[in-house]
Amino acid sequence: MKKVLINFAHPARTRSKINSALRAAVERLEGVTLNDLYTHYPDFLIDIEREQRLCDEHDVIIFQHPFYWHSTPAIMKEWLDLVLEHGWAYGSQATGLKGKLFLQAISAGGNYSQQTGGNGFTIAELTSPYRSMAKVCKLIYLPPFTVLGIHRGLPEAEIRVHAEAYRRAVIALRDETLDLEQVMHYPYLNSDLNAVIRGA
Amino acid sequence: MEHFLLQLFIFLAAAAIAVPVAKKLGLGSVLGYLIAGIVIGPFGLALIGEVEEVMHFTEFGVVMMLFLVGLELKPSLLWQMRTPILGMGGAQVVISSLVIGAVACYFVPWQEATAIGLTLSLSSTAIVLQTLREKGLMNTSGGRSIFSVLLFQDLAVIPMLAGLPLLATLAIHDDGHHGAALVDLTVLPGYLRIVVTLLAILLIFLIGKYASRPVFRAIAATRVREIFVAAALALVVGISLLMIAVGLSPALGTFLAGVVLADSEYRHELESDIEPFKGLLLGIFFIAIGASLNFTLIGNKILLIAALTLTLIILKWLVLVIVSLIFRMAKKQRSLFAIALAQGGEFAFVLFQFSKANGVLPNATVEPLISAVAISMFLAPLLFLLHEKLTGKSGEDDGEGPAHDSIDRSGHKVILAGFGRIGTDLGRFLITAGIKPVILDNDPANVDVLRKFGYEVYYGDASRLDLLESAGAAEAELLLITLRDIDRSRELIELVKKHYPHLKIAAMAADRNAVYDLMDLEIAGIQRETIGSAVELGQQALQLLGIDPYETHKLMRIFKRNDARIMPELYQAHRAGDGDYVSIYRQHNADLEQLMNFDLTQDLEELDKAWNHDVKDD
Repeated sequence: MKKVLINFAHPARTRSKINSALRAAVERLEGVTLNDLYTHYPDFLIDIEREQRLCDEHDVIIFQHPFYWHSTPAIMKEWLDLVLEHGWAYGSQATGLKGKLFLQAISAGGNYSQQTGGNGFTIAELTSPYRSMAKVCKLIYLPPFTVLGIHRGLPEAEIRVHAEAYRRAVIALRDETLDLEQVMHYPYLNSDLNAVIRGA
Repeated sequence: MEHFLLQLFIFLAAAAIAVPVAKKLGLGSVLGYLIAGIVIGPFGLALIGEVEEVMHFTEFGVVMMLFLVGLELKPSLLWQMRTPILGMGGAQVVISSLVIGAVACYFVPWQEATAIGLTLSLSSTAIVLQTLREKGLMNTSGGRSIFSVLLFQDLAVIPMLAGLPLLATLAIHDDGHHGAALVDLTVLPGYLRIVVTLLAILLIFLIGKYASRPVFRAIAATRVREIFVAAALALVVGISLLMIAVGLSPALGTFLAGVVLADSEYRHELESDIEPFKGLLLGIFFIAIGASLNFTLIGNKILLIAALTLTLIILKWLVLVIVSLIFRMAKKQRSLFAIALAQGGEFAFVLFQFSKANGVLPNATVEPLISAVAISMFLAPLLFLLHEKLTGKSGEDDGEGPAHDSIDRSGHKVILAGFGRIGTDLGRFLITAGIKPVILDNDPANVDVLRKFGYEVYYGDASRLDLLESAGAAEAELLLITLRDIDRSRELIELVKKHYPHLKIAAMAADRNAVYDLMDLEIAGIQRETIGSAVELGQQALQLLGIDPYETHKLMRIFKRNDARIMPELYQAHRAGDGDYVSIYRQHNADLEQLMNFDLTQDLEELDKAWNHDVKDD
């Protein structure tokens, strides 16, 4: 069983139904650690040692966050800037993150559909900085878990569906039942969960 | 008595007129004194007599100056400077003596040449240090090199006085008691003399380290200012007497006492008490030098003396350039270093008189040399001015990293007045941030306790101008005030604004009314004492009630920002004295409540709905 770290970055989670629901679906799972960045560091003074230790102790690193201005909330950028130190995260001798799985779980108001692409950009394009980061840090970047187009508002039932999918995905990552080769062919991790989870 | 008062009046009045004029003309105080001396001297208006006696008496100003210099040099700093002192100073004295002696050898026998070389190798501690201070160059690395050389020279005077009589070739004159006052090596056998000398130095150390502090503490507790002044003067004079008794230079003795006391909490108090006496004595000393210029002699032998002066300055300058090259000084400091020390010094007067008395040098040789030294001292401040003109500004910022300055007191760019409840945490914060403030507190008991905890706290009333001066207000950037009493804070601010207009001021205010009082004075920073802790405890309260830490943090910041924003308006209403004050206060509170509430309840789902590109026309 792999250990899963979820770095949760939402500045007002109590006011985001979807993020609260996704979080509630996974935070009490065995082998899963939830690390709420805004709660731990309201003043943005990130404890680098603690964060690196958490990464060391886990095999899968998930960043769960809303998509703000085609990107992450500010604290996640701060996290990347401070925690990913040379010599630990990257550099010829660095092995701090080597071989670990990296996943973004994104909720976004826009649709970012593959074909029409709302404002002309896809999620894959807009997340390219994180794919590049993963490469530099020798992380394995998985297609993001996405809940898109929530500008329409989400009925309770739909929220439950997303939360359950998230739960399945996290469990699959934990139990190593996710087909890593297969999933790379999809734009999103949750494009077709049944096709990428073994024994599903 | 009348005669004495008249003379005193003439000296003081001359200084009071000449120094402001000289400063106005950009010449510096030393030149002002020297010119005043020429004007009132026997060759000017002939208003004063007994110039030589005045000079001898006021030489004590040099002793006091070295005490003050010592106070600014902690033992650790002195130890750090051992290489420049012994190396640069040693090289300068030895090479200068050799070069000047070699040149003199062409004209006089070698014994006389040696005496001349040694004597002229010395520079003027009084003029150079005074000028460096005035120009704020004391704590640049160039200034420190210069100081190191001067210190070595002052030390070198002692063996010179001991050795010069060995060079005697002439019959001994009778008027030799001038030198004898400085050196009294005669009574004891050699080994005992050394023992006594070492004991005397040990005694200075013990007095400075252990005996002085309880005494000063007791005196400070009486809060009678002049007793402290008397004690400080007694200390300096007593040590001088002790040094004279064992045959050491009083300047050296008081310098050592100063160094030992540099760690003491009474350092700034001592400095500010001795400073005016030193200033006055040195000023009169400079006037005496100006008055002692023998214009008859200079007129008769103008070519000889001009040649001597020029040769002296050029030779010393060349040697200094060589020394600065040997010690790889930076280019900009090199030119200052060489020009600063290229003159004869006040010790030359002493040593020449001493040589004459001991039959080393004939009067005919000594007289023109003394004139040349005096003229070179007169030229020294002008050379400084020339250096400034050539290199642009005084060169304080000549690529010097701040790291250099941080060893010295003036490296503390911050003065912290009041070290009570607030001051303690503030001081701790600054110290952790790498800023070492000069901390002043008025309560000897408090100072004592805090010193035990390792804080660099000095005893003294921060609203006294002289204490501010010796705490470094002239060079400081920032004054932080955490006095309990708003009236005392205001007094201090008004004083500082008048005398140190460059100094930024930030102050703690106990309540809103105190804030308004401080706003009247237009200082750079005002902090209401309670707001920080109150709002931070409020943040904790919200968290304990289950609100997200990030939200509470944001609310705290919003509250603080808005509280700061409404202050100007509240201030105006308060000062206008109309009934609006309360209503404005209430209105703002209501606005703030609404704002903070909005921030807590704002619906993010609504914002998400704005991201509906797909529906848009593109």
